[in-house]
Amino acid sequence: MIKVHYFARLRELTGKSEETINQESLTVQQLLDWAEETYPGFGKDMIHVAVNEEYALKDDVIQSGDVCAFIPPVSGG
Amino acid sequence: MKPFEIVETPIDTQKYADYVLHAGAGAVTIFTGNVREWTHGVRTLYLAYEAYIPMAEKKLAEIGAEMEERWPGVKVAIVHRIGELDISDIAVLIAVSSPHRKAAYEANEYAIERIKEVVPIWKKEIWEDGEEWIGAQKRYPGEGKSSN
Repeated sequence: MIKVHYFARLRELTGKSEETINQESLTVQQLLDWAEETYPGFGKDMIHVAVNEEYALKDDVIQSGDVCAFIPPVSGG
Repeated sequence: MKPFEIVETPIDTQKYADYVLHAGAGAVTIFTGNVREWTHGVRTLYLAYEAYIPMAEKKLAEIGAEMEERWPGVKVAIVHRIGELDISDIAVLIAVSSPHRKAAYEANEYAIERIKEVVPIWKKEIWEDGEEWIGAQKRYPGEGKSSN
């Protein structure tokens, strides 16, 4: 089980702020591919993934129990 | 207060200025980022900010640590407000003290640039005839740079 958070445009697109994915392990790239397939218009090429509150690389492996967040382009300040 | 925090209520500037001031500080710079009404001829009614709060506070603290490393002797506090903000409200405040003024100015500017690059906070502009999430991030963190 992998928990994922959605923020900003992605929260509005998916209609949810979080959900649980029933997977034991997958790479960041696979998670982005899953999101794009599940939510057309996700825009995975512009989105970063944080795993346990730290930016992850696309070939990093996410394990069951990890908390992930899709990070669309930030605009603080 | 925490020195690096996300808040949902108006920002009290004096609280953060007081936090960074100490006997060894000869300079304090306070930067506030405020809600602007007109951007490229389009009138903003208000802004809505949201954050991945635990990660955002962690990233703000990391920026503070980077500043202390680059400008030894600085003391830093950074606060960002989320929720709905009206014109002129303070969205972000950066307070930096240092023994001499140059470091206080330079470190303060560094902080706002880094916030705009790495801290998971998002701004939505609400206009009279629409709204949009704003974002300028281009590079995938970790590609060509290890620090973020």
